[in-house]
Amino acid sequence: MTGNKNTFEELEEALKFGWSLLDDLNFQYISDWKNDNPSRQAIGYFPIYVPREIIHAAGMLPVGLFGGGSHLQVIKGDAYFQSYICHLPRSVIEMALDGNYADIDGFIFPSICDVIRNLSGVFKIIIPGKFIKYLDYPQNFDWGVGGEFYSLELWKLQQELFELNGIQVSSRDLNHSIILYNKNRRLISQLQNIRSATPWKISTADFYAVMRAGYVISVEDHNNYLENVITLLGQIECEPEDKIRVIITGSFCEQPPMGMIKTIENAGCYIVDDDFQLGAMWIVGDIIDVSNDPMQALARAYLEQRVLSSSVYDSDGSKGNFLARLVKKHKADGVIFCAPSFCDPALLDRPELEKTMDKYHIKHISFRYHENLGQFQVIKEQVGTFSDSIKLWA
Amino acid sequence: MNTTFKSMPNQASLQVQKENSMVKQKQMLSQHFMELSQVKETGKKVVYTFVPGNLIELILSFDMLPVYPEINALQSGMRKKSRDYIRSAEDAGYSEDVCAYVKCDIGMMLSGNIGPTGQQLPSPDLLLLSYTGCFVFMKWFENLQRLYNGVPIAMLHIPYQVNGGIESNMVEYVKNQLKTEVIPKLEQVSGKKFDATRLRQMMNLSSNAEDLMVKVFESAKHTPSPIDAYFGGVYYVGPIFTAFRGTDGCVDYYQELLSEVEERIDAGQGPISPEGAIDEKYRLVVEGPPNWTHFREFWKIFYDLGAVFVASSYTRVGGVYDEGFRHSAQDPLGSLAKYCMGCYTNLSLPMRIDMLARLLKEYKADGLLINSIKSCNSFSAGQLVIMRELENRLGIPVGFIESDLVDPRYYSYSNIKNRLDSFFQMLDQRKMFAVT
Repeated sequence: MTGNKNTFEELEEALKFGWSLLDDLNFQYISDWKNDNPSRQAIGYFPIYVPREIIHAAGMLPVGLFGGGSHLQVIKGDAYFQSYICHLPRSVIEMALDGNYADIDGFIFPSICDVIRNLSGVFKIIIPGKFIKYLDYPQNFDWGVGGEFYSLELWKLQQELFELNGIQVSSRDLNHSIILYNKNRRLISQLQNIRSATPWKISTADFYAVMRAGYVISVEDHNNYLENVITLLGQIECEPEDKIRVIITGSFCEQPPMGMIKTIENAGCYIVDDDFQLGAMWIVGDIIDVSNDPMQALARAYLEQRVLSSSVYDSDGSKGNFLARLVKKHKADGVIFCAPSFCDPALLDRPELEKTMDKYHIKHISFRYHENLGQFQVIKEQVGTFSDSIKLWA
Repeated sequence: MNTTFKSMPNQASLQVQKENSMVKQKQMLSQHFMELSQVKETGKKVVYTFVPGNLIELILSFDMLPVYPEINALQSGMRKKSRDYIRSAEDAGYSEDVCAYVKCDIGMMLSGNIGPTGQQLPSPDLLLLSYTGCFVFMKWFENLQRLYNGVPIAMLHIPYQVNGGIESNMVEYVKNQLKTEVIPKLEQVSGKKFDATRLRQMMNLSSNAEDLMVKVFESAKHTPSPIDAYFGGVYYVGPIFTAFRGTDGCVDYYQELLSEVEERIDAGQGPISPEGAIDEKYRLVVEGPPNWTHFREFWKIFYDLGAVFVASSYTRVGGVYDEGFRHSAQDPLGSLAKYCMGCYTNLSLPMRIDMLARLLKEYKADGLLINSIKSCNSFSAGQLVIMRELENRLGIPVGFIESDLVDPRYYSYSNIKNRLDSFFQMLDQRKMFAVT
């Protein structure tokens, strides 16, 4: 390990900031942000993707909501959902009923699955009077068909936000927001490249915390934060360990417990790519930021620059090949299919993806998790065996 | 008008009562499956599609034949074949957590695709993914497309009724998809040009059948109800939900059915169960699909107690006709769009609650039963909130049971019976208080 001692301390401090946000289920950052100007409003959105630029341009704070993770003991939430429904909506309900979302002025539910769709209706009932928006994404990707529909949906969203805070958004405002989020995506991509090239410099658990901060703090703050972490990582050197390189896929919207990510890493894997927090990297490349019609630019980006996801119609069956290309790009030794329990979209993608991996002789394993899973021994053994088998026999 | 058959599988000693309309429906289905088995000779093209929001008039207007994987799955469940099919799919990598309809269908396909009549079903020439009220439909057909090695697929995305109604841009979006995606692919696969006049004629026939079907279901407002709108209802919706809307045969079927229902009203008779007329003691509304693997046993719990379902949400997954919707010859594509968006599972949770509240009141029900299905998040996510809301709003007893569509591993007779015993005790107590 080489580098200035202060650099390591600074990096550790920076990472701690990300972890503190991740651990804070009461969103102190949002309270502070609103205290700076009491007229400010925060809009929560559920996984996976929401065009945050529109919320930001309206002077609001977009806040990504992922449930309670492993920190929250769910009691009330279990009374709202049957045992065979995924875990995320339970902790979301728990937090809504316990007042954790008190500083959030409205909620957007993206159209990603039946559970999140119906959760929007549950919210309308349990917290009447709050702004609740279900955002329908087109599954038709022709500009004249799906694009027209989606543009109008986005326009309606903007109008609804205007009704909340009375701030009229100009094209210039929206272009400015697009510029900031383009920068955010570029910085995340840069950080991702560092992780892939030198995964011994930043663990995926830490990488996750740095990314996740962007779901709470403002994009301006997150950009500064990312720049700082990237700079610090550039100033250190560490020795690689004897680990295999893996890609994790299938996490969809419910996030894995941090203990699980650490377990995979400790069991002999460098995670060189994953689809946790997919929404942050949903749009690949920059969105046009100089247009007279930035709303159209956002709609086009969804149609033409989106990543492949379990919630979006895959018309030509290219998901498997996409994953195989990622394996090649990141020089991965194998793939871990790791999906939340009872997640139809992710779990129904898995068989065909596994077949594609077999076709390319890419090694893979699979297991399921839920966000507050507390026992990792089985996963440790499974991943450890996977890692050993690749090291010994590949 | 009743005909007695001795045809219930494994229960040959029981006299199963069937009415002429049931016989007629069976003939229609036999004819349909016969046509499917002959496509190699006739050259007819086969479209796989889903029940909710289906475009059957459009498919038939191209002389194509529909296959409904959901119907195949439920038939497999009723014929006790679903367990093996589900295991086959799980052996092929499908998780035990996911929708059993998908696994049953894929398992059936992997096992030779033998349909309900014992004949092999033809492979699809087109997958028509009319995506109404269920995200799993999309994943299902993505999987089928790979399994059938790149068969053409037409996607019809249906926006969700989130704001309590259908907005004009939603209609335009669906119509645009019909014009640019669905009809061109139907033309391409069938080799025929779209015939708007023929479609209009079919829309008229659909509308006639829908008028009759609404009368059948609204007959349950009588006391005693002449129909069971859940266990009987799944037969009553068969022709209109599946392969026959837009045909003369469908209209004939509902005329026959309505005349049988009217006869029972005149005779003051309750619905016909497999063991004869039910003496109505409880009037119930039910939310959620039935269990298919133990359909008869499940129904028997209710008819033995004189419990009649006077309305159900499940019979509205293929269209909400009692609220006024009709397919329209004046605006065929627009009405197809509205039809797709109006199906029950495409309604927001508050809309579903309002509808159930209306049914409970209009049909003078004693209580609500929720059959929560493990496989169907579209129905199940939010049902506990539906239960609380309706209890609070109407002060009615609500029973909550859990089972599955076609996975027999999730059907527990004793658990269901225990919960239903408590539910019926609540209903009895309430009736007793009402009397005193």
